[in-house]
Amino acid sequence: IMSLFGEVPQATPVAVFKLSNDFKEDANPKKVNLGVGAYRTDEGQPWVLPVVKKVEKIIVADNSLNHEYLAILGLPEFRSSASKIALGEDSPAIQENRVGAVQCLGGTGALKMGAEFLRRWYNGNDNTKTPVYVSAPTWENHNAVFANAGFEDVRPYKYWDAEKRGLDLDGFLGDLESAPKHSIFVLHACAHNPTGTDPTHVEWMQVAEVMKRRKLFVFFDSAYQGFASGCLDKDAWAVRYFVTQGFEMFCAQSFSKNFGLYNERVGNLTIVARDSDNLKRVLSQMEKIVRVTWSNPPSQGARLVAITLNTPELFAEWKDNVKTMADRVLLMRASLQAKLQALETPGTWDHITQQIGMFSFTGLNPKQVEYMIKERSIYLMASGRINMCGLTTKNIDYVAESIHETVVNVQ
Amino acid sequence: CVLLVTSAAAPSSQRCLSWWGGVQMGPPDPILGVSEAFKRDTSPKKMNLGVGAYRDDHGKPFVLDCVRKAEALIASKQLDKEYLAIGGLGDFTKSCAQLALGADSEVLKSGRNITVQTISGTGSLCIGANFLSRFHSASRDVYLPKPSWGNHTPIFRDAGMQLKAYRYYDPSTCGFDFNGALDDISKMPEKSVIMLHACAHNPTGVDPKPEQWKEIADLVKKRDLLVFFDMAYQGFASGDIDRDAWAVRHFIEQGHKIVLSQSFAKNMGLYGERVGGFTVVCNDAEEAKRVESQLKILIRPMYSNPPMNGARIAATILNTPDLYKIWLEEVHGMANRIIKMREQLAANLKNEGSTLDWQHVIDQIGMFCFTGLKPEQVERLTKEFSVYMTKDGRISMAGVTSSNVGYLAHGIHAVTK
Repeated sequence: IMSLFGEVPQATPVAVFKLSNDFKEDANPKKVNLGVGAYRTDEGQPWVLPVVKKVEKIIVADNSLNHEYLAILGLPEFRSSASKIALGEDSPAIQENRVGAVQCLGGTGALKMGAEFLRRWYNGNDNTKTPVYVSAPTWENHNAVFANAGFEDVRPYKYWDAEKRGLDLDGFLGDLESAPKHSIFVLHACAHNPTGTDPTHVEWMQVAEVMKRRKLFVFFDSAYQGFASGCLDKDAWAVRYFVTQGFEMFCAQSFSKNFGLYNERVGNLTIVARDSDNLKRVLSQMEKIVRVTWSNPPSQGARLVAITLNTPELFAEWKDNVKTMADRVLLMRASLQAKLQALETPGTWDHITQQIGMFSFTGLNPKQVEYMIKERSIYLMASGRINMCGLTTKNIDYVAESIHETVVNVQ
Repeated sequence: CVLLVTSAAAPSSQRCLSWWGGVQMGPPDPILGVSEAFKRDTSPKKMNLGVGAYRDDHGKPFVLDCVRKAEALIASKQLDKEYLAIGGLGDFTKSCAQLALGADSEVLKSGRNITVQTISGTGSLCIGANFLSRFHSASRDVYLPKPSWGNHTPIFRDAGMQLKAYRYYDPSTCGFDFNGALDDISKMPEKSVIMLHACAHNPTGVDPKPEQWKEIADLVKKRDLLVFFDMAYQGFASGDIDRDAWAVRHFIEQGHKIVLSQSFAKNMGLYGERVGGFTVVCNDAEEAKRVESQLKILIRPMYSNPPMNGARIAATILNTPDLYKIWLEEVHGMANRIIKMREQLAANLKNEGSTLDWQHVIDQIGMFCFTGLKPEQVERLTKEFSVYMTKDGRISMAGVTSSNVGYLAHGIHAVTK
């Protein structure tokens, strides 16, 4: 029988999930998963934050709570406290009532809402030709989010210098200078994914100067606040600096990693506008977009985060839990680098401790990555990206030895 | 498209300094906006008959007992919070499909359906609309019943489809315009998409009878139309899960390869948890795999993967026999309360002295009642009696209680006599 869907082609699977699948099916007892970006304890286990467990009990015990619809834009106490986390409690923009937010389905959902809004309302109406710049490399889903929102021109901006294994500042600034006016730039607020390489404060200031002068749109992706340095405020420096520079901007926040709430889809699109009137109209149009996508967002995760952020003892406990995760990552970085140096593995490995956040761009090439997977059952992305959280005190020797063997035997 | 409403106060200089100077104020949502207006009203007698959220006889939100029990069970398991797969929780999608199609469905046995977890009904329709837009090249046309849920139109339009309508509601009878529907369906171009409300039509509460469904199914097959079922009220219409899914199952038995949206917002009271499913019934399992891969490609840039909490609750209920039994009873209970309110409203209107025919209040099914009130009458009902409802005359029976049904009848009589 002729099917309406007879011509639907098989799509290639999303790489990072295929990697996890392959890892699952690998029978090697020594296997290590350095693929998907989720925190793991030193026992290699997922970690539900102690503060989250506590707040879940509070929610269960509260008989006044029900499962009614949230407002279209989400839970108000979540939105405002989440924006405060990004911009700072004392942010002048918040005090001037020109900061608003949309509760979204994770960081992805926040990016999507921002993208859909920009396509409809930025740089004219329904201007699908506005260039959208994403870093080279970047989280692979950035491209699809903006393309699916209708943008026809999603391009890379220079970012990672493979040779020196660091930021290509000149290339970055050059692309900012040559980008068409009003182009949208997706900036990683901290702990750049996948390279773990962030601009310094001075470098951020240079970026901001060009963006202001050339009227480029600032769209921050903040998925790792707290996770990079262990300190929320430190990790928000770039976002806050841009606010002080007077930008109208978006910041897509994810609470997947720093709250360990991956599957509850807790995200927030923070909007900084020129004034409250512009903000009001923007939010009214955001509602329209939300209504045709998911109507209103899920309540559980937002409730959890809101209670935590708005209760001083719980807030303190959360910051502590975040620091625990960040510290373990820093420890693994230091360990791995030390072991590679001790093994006298060819090449330089300082980038492992210089990079920040969950990921490290090892510098391993595709052939070497394939070797690691096939011969050593160590799963990492073809780009050479590893998730530091996949390392534990028990497997780090095996991983270090494997990297050593790979670099020596495979070019 | 957005109504152009110029914002009054902002000085033009402020607008020039902002990227957003050209952003018009969007009008309030016709349905959700009603609740917002209701909240602002200070009258002690106010009634919110706008959004379709079930209320108990005290006018309070109702958390189902099976839901509380499921939550307790889940809490005791101390599960992690790792990302779900893009297509959602397997335990949920399997039982979600089973609920709609029936446990003995040949479709399930042959594995020729793909069911993904979605952000409730809206999310399901959004994915469905975008999937059709991308892969149903044969037609851009989506035929909605006249009238349909207000949000259907912008969802499909936003996905790039063209909206058309077929006759459905007959205002002269407050019932189903069967002949009008058949006539319009007979003229639909082949391969067009036809949207059918599986049960408890929103907003009218008017459903085809089984014999009518049979004729519709035949005609739709003759016209070679793609059927998109929206089932947001399974269990809520008659109180019986299987009865409410009859039309969906009949179409499948007749060979239609339908696409189906399901919501658990109402029948499990999981509104804010956003629990839903989207199903494509394919030719065979191989095709289902291809379709699945493309659905994932659509979902990933929207929100990556769906939220766990509600799906876990729904799956627990559907897969735990004791809880499932309680659920069936509670759904039956909710449907029954609504049926009772319908009867009381009709009786009260008669007692008020209304000479109009209110039989449709009893004949219509599900959460909503299409009263037949005109916009001016609705406006009066809201202004003079603080009764909030949508402009089309739709009331949510779920908002009616034994203590306020008299007041409601009084108000309706006052504006219609």
